[in-house]
Amino acid sequence: MMDLNAIWFLLVGVLITGYAVLDGFDLGVGVLHLFTRSETERRIHINAIGPVWDGNEVWLLTGGGALFAAFPMVYATIFSSFYLALMLVLTALIFRAVAMEFRGKLDSPGWRRLWDWSFGLGSLLPAILFGVAVGNILRGIPIDKDKVFTGSFIGLLNPYAILIGLLSFVLFTMHGAIYMSLKTDGALRERMRKWVFGTWMAFVILYLISTLATFFVARYLFESALERPVTWILFLLLPAAVLYIPVATKGEKYVRAFLASSATIVSIIGLAAAGMFPRLVPSITDLNYSLTIYNASSTPRTLTVMLIVALLGMPIVIAYTAYIYRVFKGKVVLGEESYH
Amino acid sequence: MDLDVVLLSRLQFAMTVGFHFIFPPISIGLAWLLVIAEFLGWQKGDEDYVRIGKFFGKLFSLTFAVGVATGIVMEFQFGMNWAEYSKFVGDIFGAPLAAEGVFAFFLESSFLGLYLFGRNRVSKGVHWFSALMVAVGATTSAFWIIVANSWQQTPAGYVVRNGRAELTSFSEAVFNPSTLLRFFHTVDAALITGAFFMAGVAAYLLLKNREVPVAKKAMKLAVIFGLIVSLLELFPIGHEHARQVAHTQPEKFAAFEGLYISQSGAPLVLFAFPQERPPDLKATVEIPGLLSWLAFGDVNARIQGIDEFPADEIPPLFLTFVSFHNMAALGIYFILIMAWGAVQLVRNKLWGSKKLLRLFVWSIPLPVIACQFGWIAAEVGRQPWIVYGLLKTRDAYSFTVTGGEVLFSIVLFSLIYLLLGSLYLFLLVREIKHGPQTIRAEGVSA
Repeated sequence: MMDLNAIWFLLVGVLITGYAVLDGFDLGVGVLHLFTRSETERRIHINAIGPVWDGNEVWLLTGGGALFAAFPMVYATIFSSFYLALMLVLTALIFRAVAMEFRGKLDSPGWRRLWDWSFGLGSLLPAILFGVAVGNILRGIPIDKDKVFTGSFIGLLNPYAILIGLLSFVLFTMHGAIYMSLKTDGALRERMRKWVFGTWMAFVILYLISTLATFFVARYLFESALERPVTWILFLLLPAAVLYIPVATKGEKYVRAFLASSATIVSIIGLAAAGMFPRLVPSITDLNYSLTIYNASSTPRTLTVMLIVALLGMPIVIAYTAYIYRVFKGKVVLGEESYH
Repeated sequence: MDLDVVLLSRLQFAMTVGFHFIFPPISIGLAWLLVIAEFLGWQKGDEDYVRIGKFFGKLFSLTFAVGVATGIVMEFQFGMNWAEYSKFVGDIFGAPLAAEGVFAFFLESSFLGLYLFGRNRVSKGVHWFSALMVAVGATTSAFWIIVANSWQQTPAGYVVRNGRAELTSFSEAVFNPSTLLRFFHTVDAALITGAFFMAGVAAYLLLKNREVPVAKKAMKLAVIFGLIVSLLELFPIGHEHARQVAHTQPEKFAAFEGLYISQSGAPLVLFAFPQERPPDLKATVEIPGLLSWLAFGDVNARIQGIDEFPADEIPPLFLTFVSFHNMAALGIYFILIMAWGAVQLVRNKLWGSKKLLRLFVWSIPLPVIACQFGWIAAEVGRQPWIVYGLLKTRDAYSFTVTGGEVLFSIVLFSLIYLLLGSLYLFLLVREIKHGPQTIRAEGVSA
């Protein structure tokens, strides 16, 4: 039986994964937007995510809120430790959000170029930095026995973390390219298909290197993970999903390709979580100083109340999100109401 | 260089929240007016109301975008700058933030996409429903944020154990003594803000003699709505809220009202220049006994003054007094101007009254300013506590973040917010000058 703390480990994981799957393609589309060739293409990119990106980003905000509610020690420690890195992410997300709204408001090429860059870089930076953050957490961050962070900003930019940053960057870009293949037609879609194949290759190579690196940098992840059945399921799902992406893309079955890249994201995060459990923030100083789901959690009463909130709210959220995606399914059509 | 991290963290928090708080009142107020306008457009089949929906929908979208962009910071900065606070209150304070995500953010963000981009994809009924869900989501969001903030003002449903506040009753924590009154007070302030926004924009169009039928309908809607909500803000909401503060946070109440010495038959100070040390009021205009009567229903009731509280537990007097009084004065101004507008509307003289229309245009920012004053009064009036009576602000910041880092982020965010604020104003004014007719017909397909 799972206890409450374990359930909340799972639920926070679900929110983070939901964010990665949903806003992941938004970030990827933003990156691809940097490589567009005409004004129409740029508008198509922005309008492909126009009606949904904001709802997707809420997964991050809710994940942050849930982390605060369920594991306040982790929320407080991580966010104050990653202070400057988070400032950068927030800056990027701010510019990305307003860029979509602002860029079409003036009919001037310079103005549009400015907001195109801030949309593109505002997507690229988080796509890398989220990976850097995950890399640091997997590796472990310097926390002493009083749960106090003793590292520095520069220390967060270690080679392993940067490797994971690159991995998340190519993964989100591939995910975005598949989404764009789904939403476009003709020559643009042909180019998007090429992007899928290219980023897929890069992803596979980086993933193999990362797995090898993880074995040396964070061996503890393998020790406990291998004892859990869920690891073995994900371990089978991951290669199947990854290998299916180019097959489905070649066969022009983009919905399936999208589901496969979503499954890839789910399994990668799932595997990492299975290795970390029950730790939330491993300490590199001494693994015994780690923040875990038991020493960093809220009281059982709060966890119970929050569980009720989640069980009441999330099914409704998922239902209307699915409905809205259905309303906007199909190719992008630029019209009166689109972003200009 | 020795930087005061607490002071810097407070400055940063004040700046990021203050700037963010410009936008939600406009969005919440405008959202409800859009719900009404879209409903009339749908039910009456009146194209003018649909155009109000489209035009103000664009202004809403711009406002919402900046609100969302600056709101992301809010969710993270408790942990970033106030780690000790987050550890102390996490068991209670995190839940409303998470509930806000689940019950409010998802709703407003998802349905906003449908509302703005889906007009031609769904039925009129579903489209109106999406506007309603945006308004409900935005208001629910305000509810949970005010739950969290009210718990800082009047904590309830907890016990301090293991060095932190632990939850004993969720319903008592959510419906703590100040939650509902502060919720009504804040949401009504947002409705006033929306009404003045719509009235001011419509007045501008009328002055320019553009889109007159659309502008007249928007003006009428905004003035009737605005008069009702402005009156409600004074009575019963404002009155009851002030009474509640008098009972639950007496030193804050004394700082609001400039009552520095305990007395029976306390006067209501209408105007004064407050002085911090020693606490004193200069050039005072007051009504004897009124404060005692308003707060406790008896002209002779004794009210505690600042002198009754320990010197290290009283809030900054000048800022609290000044922001509270300016907010209240603006509240009275809102009633007067909306009432004047309504009278002219009934006499059918509003459309020709250039002076009044111009006044409406220039009044657009005033409710936003009143909201800022109200928020400053509420939060500065709570000092030196971050959680009233439980935790002091100076013990709540992030020990591991350096003064240099905070200073860097203050500079960075000042620049970003200055840029965003200017661009918002610039684009808003541009859109308003364009007027409702800017509908570009295009049909480019991917």
